[in-house]
Amino acid sequence: MVPLSHYLLLSAALFMIGVVGVLVRRNAIVVFMSIEIMLNAVNISLIAFDKYLNQHDGQVFSFMVMCVAAAEVSVGLAIIISMFRNKPTVNLDEFNIMKW
Amino acid sequence: MELLTFYPLAGFSILLALGVVINKSPIGSALCLIGMMLGLAGIFAMQQAHFIAILQVVIYAGAIMVLFMFVIMLLNLKGTGAEWRSRERNTLLTVLTAFLALGVLYKIVDIILEIDLDSPAKVADTFGTAAVIGETLFTDFVLPFEVASILLLAAMVGAVVLAKTKLD
Amino acid sequence: MLLNLTFLIPLFPLVGSIINGFFGLKLGEKKVGLIASAAVLLSFLTTILVFIGFLMLPEGEHAFKQTLFTWMVAGDFHVNFAFQIDNLSLVMMSFVTGVGFLIHVYSTGYMHGEYSFYRFFAYLNLFMFAMLLLVMGSNFLIMFIGWEGVGCCSYFLIGYYFEKKSACDAGTKAFVVNRVGDFAFLLAVMYIFSIFGTIEYSEVFHAAPEKLIFGGEVVTIITLLLFVGATGKSAQIPLYTWLPDAMEGPTPVSALIHAATMVTAGVFMVVRCNPLFNLAPDTMLVVAFVGAGTALFAATIGMTQFDIKRVLAYSTVSQIGYMFLACGVGAYTAAIFHMVTHAFFKACLFLGSGSVIHGLEGEQDMRKMGNIKGDQPITYMTFLISTLAIAGIPPLSGFFSKDEVLYHALTDGNIILWGMGISAALLTAFYMFRLVFMTFHGESRVDPSVHVHESPKVMTMPLVILAGLATVGGLLGIPLFHGWHLLHNWLEPVIHFDLASALHHSEHLLHEAGRHAPVWTHLLVEKEHNVWLEIFLMLFSSVVAITGIALAYIFYVKRPDLPDKLTEGQWGYDIVKNKYLVDELYDDTIVKPTVEGSKLLWKQCDARGIDGVVNGVARIIGWFSDRGKAFQSGFVRNYALFIVVGFIALLLIAI
Repeated sequence: MVPLSHYLLLSAALFMIGVVGVLVRRNAIVVFMSIEIMLNAVNISLIAFDKYLNQHDGQVFSFMVMCVAAAEVSVGLAIIISMFRNKPTVNLDEFNIMKW
Repeated sequence: MELLTFYPLAGFSILLALGVVINKSPIGSALCLIGMMLGLAGIFAMQQAHFIAILQVVIYAGAIMVLFMFVIMLLNLKGTGAEWRSRERNTLLTVLTAFLALGVLYKIVDIILEIDLDSPAKVADTFGTAAVIGETLFTDFVLPFEVASILLLAAMVGAVVLAKTKLD
Repeated sequence: MLLNLTFLIPLFPLVGSIINGFFGLKLGEKKVGLIASAAVLLSFLTTILVFIGFLMLPEGEHAFKQTLFTWMVAGDFHVNFAFQIDNLSLVMMSFVTGVGFLIHVYSTGYMHGEYSFYRFFAYLNLFMFAMLLLVMGSNFLIMFIGWEGVGCCSYFLIGYYFEKKSACDAGTKAFVVNRVGDFAFLLAVMYIFSIFGTIEYSEVFHAAPEKLIFGGEVVTIITLLLFVGATGKSAQIPLYTWLPDAMEGPTPVSALIHAATMVTAGVFMVVRCNPLFNLAPDTMLVVAFVGAGTALFAATIGMTQFDIKRVLAYSTVSQIGYMFLACGVGAYTAAIFHMVTHAFFKACLFLGSGSVIHGLEGEQDMRKMGNIKGDQPITYMTFLISTLAIAGIPPLSGFFSKDEVLYHALTDGNIILWGMGISAALLTAFYMFRLVFMTFHGESRVDPSVHVHESPKVMTMPLVILAGLATVGGLLGIPLFHGWHLLHNWLEPVIHFDLASALHHSEHLLHEAGRHAPVWTHLLVEKEHNVWLEIFLMLFSSVVAITGIALAYIFYVKRPDLPDKLTEGQWGYDIVKNKYLVDELYDDTIVKPTVEGSKLLWKQCDARGIDGVVNGVARIIGWFSDRGKAFQSGFVRNYALFIVVGFIALLLIAI
């Protein structure tokens, strides 16, 4: 029997790895992957609590998270492709026009 | 007994997640990510969330990661030496955030370990089967479910519009 | 009922003004002139209808009031937008619309070919509207709208040739000098409200003898403030300087606004407020002396000017001085009488001078005129008639009205006032005939390249009509016999004043206040109408007028070299010619310190103080923004970083 806290610790650790990944990487695709890690970390928490409380809502929510992740990735990657078309790079440091 | 499966799986997932962040080439990162997804699927399965575990494999490891690979190959991205060069202006801020993040992680771990949890509820055998989740999904959460389908449709259309060479 | 048409009278010119102002450019010259003249003609005809309606009022009713709407209500302060039709306002309305119509017709000829023809007529109609409000309003505030309105239109029209610097300056000067008087007028209205709790004429004038002490400080202050307002608008000492400069405007404007109507608004106001002025003998004395002084003072300047319109301007100032002299001695009828006749002959003179200027292609200097009577026969004849009228030759209108003023100055005033008046009459006859002789007689000094021609019919017809009115206008007030004076009988309800009961009330008020009333019995002595004295004065003033004419004849026809010889090297002449240096005095004592003070305030207070604070704040914010803009790097990851920092902060606060 794995205690709940173990799952939560795993979730927190993965989430922080995702955060650091978003912050330190410049490759847009890797940043996206880090976001996926964060989403998955949340899923772990949701399911762990679900089991702990004997409900199904959390699983439904993780299902929704997956939906959103799929949508986000498809749109996000499309955006990266169109950015790449403008400027042949995926280095986020090259894209600093958001201040306008 | 379960701990013996949990620790290797958890350690495996964390290592691969770190691999995603550290790896120099995007392809390597993507492969690490796939591994991590599979590890997490195992963890889900350990909690009797079989349906979600299967979805994790199918959607993430299957669909989403394939999309990532596709894009990486389409753009022909290779690892560059400049990946880890410190940034010109934000070094201080990044270091500060890294410290803060680590501090927060420490704090969270601290809190989690301190919490006095009750003993978990008794779980029925049917927990986490597709039938039960499907029932919840189509009764209590039918509206969010439909909305999610609209979201996916919108994302699909959006992706097509964005990725088209020319708008005309 | 005919009286209900009252509101149409000011409405017509307003509508005309709006049409011409907004669509004038498209309508073209002919239609613009037609609309403008028709608007004033309609208002004149309506005035006649209202006049008939007024005559049909039942016995004992002396005023009709038409309330259009409640204009403003604030606590006790209640103002109706209402018109008051009574004997006085009817006289004013009739001659304002009548003379106004003639001048409108004249203007269609005079302004022919001006590039912004429609603008002129829009302003002119707007002026008629404001002037009618002024004379028709039933309370002080409506009068004040009209008062400001005419001032505003006067400013527009003086500055009509706004590309000329002198015209702009003249407009500004007129406006600013008027503002001094307007301010005093407004103060007076406020004071009246604080005393009476209303600004409605009928209520104020009814309550005046009961609430105000005869000769008390309150009524003296009110009337003095009103009179300061009148000096501004009617160009009296010390605020007369704007009127001669106002001649920069087109000549019909000078005729309508600066001779016939607007400048007499002050006189009208004093007559309108006669129940107040009657209670303030000290103010009356001031009014009389300012009037007489202005009459004499302006006449002396008029003798030395060479610009044909400026001579007429000073003559106007001088004639309005007569009207105030009449007001000051309590002869309100004489004031109105002289106002009406003056409107006729002065409008004719101004229009005539306009015709001369028109014929000479814009020349205004009398030294470059002479012997044009053959070329402009109609202008010459009408001009001569009007000049005879203003000089006071019997039986023209000016003779009767001026004589009545002088008679009352002697009998109701004192010999000093009369002396000043008769001297001014001598000077008037002299400088007016100097004008006529220099312009129409003698040797021609006209630039040979100029072809002198008579003005078109549309311009000469108004001249003829006005000259006719100047001739017969005197019939309004045939002197000598009691009961024959039409104007006096007509105005009696308005200027009726029961001195005995007013004094009685004042005594009562003084006793209540625990003070002793002075002895007023000598005021109640009835004065007899001395027919023989009047006849003597008539003869005397006729002789004086003829003397003045004769002098002018000698100086400017017989011996044209005499004036130069006499005036050469005379420092006194130079001072008078430079208008007693009053303009320079005002410039040095008022205008320059104000301008310098303003400059000081501008540079020190405004530029350094206020702007400094504002710019300082901006600069401080700019400094911080400069430091802060590093956060807005444009890199997505930096923004993500801030999200994380915020998330951590929330976490630390929450736990």
